[in-house]
Amino acid sequence: MASLNFIQLLNGLTFASLLFIVASGFTLIFGLLRIVNLAHGALYLFGGYIGYSVVAATGNFFFGVLASMLCVAVMGLLLDEGLLRFVRGFELRQVLLTLGVAFVLNDLALVIWGGDTFSVPVPETLRGATKIFGSYYPKYRLLVLFLGVAVFVALWLILNRTRLGALIRAGVDDAEMVEAMGINIRRVFLVTFMLGASLAGLGGVVGGAFLTLYPTADSEILVFSLAVVIIGGRGSLVGAAVGSLLVGLLNIIGQVVFPELAYFVIFGPMAAILAFRPLGLFGRAA
Amino acid sequence: MLAVGFAKNRPAIIALAIVLVVFGVMPLIGSSYQVSIANEILIFALLAMSIDVLAGYSGRTSLGHGAIFGASTYVVIYWTSVMGGSPLVAIVLGVLVAVLVAAVFGLLASRVSGVYFLLLTLALGMIVWGVALRWTSVSGGENGLRGVGRPEWLTNPIVFFYVCLVTVVVMSAVIWRFVQSPFGLTLRGIRDSESRMSSLGYGCATHMFIAFTVTGFFAGVAGALYALFNNFVSPSTVQLSQSVEGLLMAILGGIGTLFGAFIGAAAIILLENFVSQYTARWPMVLGFMFIATMIFAPEGVLGAFRRIFRINKKL
Repeated sequence: MASLNFIQLLNGLTFASLLFIVASGFTLIFGLLRIVNLAHGALYLFGGYIGYSVVAATGNFFFGVLASMLCVAVMGLLLDEGLLRFVRGFELRQVLLTLGVAFVLNDLALVIWGGDTFSVPVPETLRGATKIFGSYYPKYRLLVLFLGVAVFVALWLILNRTRLGALIRAGVDDAEMVEAMGINIRRVFLVTFMLGASLAGLGGVVGGAFLTLYPTADSEILVFSLAVVIIGGRGSLVGAAVGSLLVGLLNIIGQVVFPELAYFVIFGPMAAILAFRPLGLFGRAA
Repeated sequence: MLAVGFAKNRPAIIALAIVLVVFGVMPLIGSSYQVSIANEILIFALLAMSIDVLAGYSGRTSLGHGAIFGASTYVVIYWTSVMGGSPLVAIVLGVLVAVLVAAVFGLLASRVSGVYFLLLTLALGMIVWGVALRWTSVSGGENGLRGVGRPEWLTNPIVFFYVCLVTVVVMSAVIWRFVQSPFGLTLRGIRDSESRMSSLGYGCATHMFIAFTVTGFFAGVAGALYALFNNFVSPSTVQLSQSVEGLLMAILGGIGTLFGAFIGAAAIILLENFVSQYTARWPMVLGFMFIATMIFAPEGVLGAFRRIFRINKKL
């Protein structure tokens, strides 16, 4: 049985960081709009592919990130305004509809980009390794780690320190009342939906650079995101962070100790938490 | 007494008689290709019915039943091909494993409902898929496992078809009895109002756990039949689209109609075979069908019929 070393710990943390970027978008939409967007994984994959194509065409990683976030935000807009509007208020129908969208998007990605494995090229300055606490570690992965923290801080500030955040929180508590104050709450929710979707796009490019992109990557990231939200609780930013850390680290432990059964290792804590807190660590009843 | 029993079970008896007749004459008039499609329809109708027991009678939409179904398929093929065991033992083991998997799922999911139930069963099902994909030394990974073929007396596809038909019809009758039993009535009570049932003293979580485990048995039987039918298993047998197809069959047939599952299964499998002749884009078609169903006909084909029928009755 191999033991965990420092590098593997860092691998776990960077993976957790990516998970947080993806899952925070998922939990944001789930918690605030009460929409479970099962197409989130497909948006991640699409974002990654778009980022890959743009980076390959322009040679600029930053453009790739930007293009991917924009495109996926627009896809979120189309999904919300074009399809979900027909099933508003029906929770289960919404979920199943997004599941249908996930199938369509996944297959569409297969048509456009084929079944090959892609890796988003990392910018020149971030290639190679750097020395950290006496061992060498890829620079790019450290950036991912910081990016995760930055996304957490930014989301926290948006939700707690801005007018938009105040509107979102008010809308969650009593949408009708906010409307009565003369605010277009639908627009606030739409912005939230696009923000959440763009985080999936960001995750796709960032993750596509070190996890690679392939046709089943969307399901894999969706399982992890679901595990994060189930552990952390719906709509909780802190819950998503704690859940990501738990899932990310456990996944690495699983890969090192039981390489073939890594999936099983996330299952344990998920089961334990559900037994005691069915709504997750930081979840509250609707 | 017999008359009362007949009146109460009349819809089931009529529906199953129709199934027996329609499917029973298939081998007499159809080609071997058509018989194999009919066979597939029977197997998936059983899976869809197991999903409908939860979705229609307990108010819980499961996305984990494809994984339970596939777990049984994996065990049957593993036992007969890798271990070289007898098919009969394999089927028993397969169903047993399916029930076990369902019990574990049920234990975790029985306390939640609505969207949470869906998410949880989805995540659990995906874990089964992940294990099937990665545990290469046992599951064969992406290459899957090839079976050794059916036992001597079942090699003839027509004999096998009739065995499936009888099994599925018997199972359907059992499921019908199950949902009509006092236990099934309690499930419907929980579906309509969980708080009322628990204040009446019913243990809702226990009921849900038992219901989930029982449906795992039916999904397991379907999975074992599928192992004998298909003679091959790969991660695609346990993947999400399997659960999604099963659920869509149940929805198209009409949630809570039970035997609508036969119509739903026929619609999906016929369409899949038809579409596959022209294009490889079946997942996209499936996705669009799902979207359209959710927007236009969430109560399904039979449900829509029923609605029209009821309106006529009132007039």
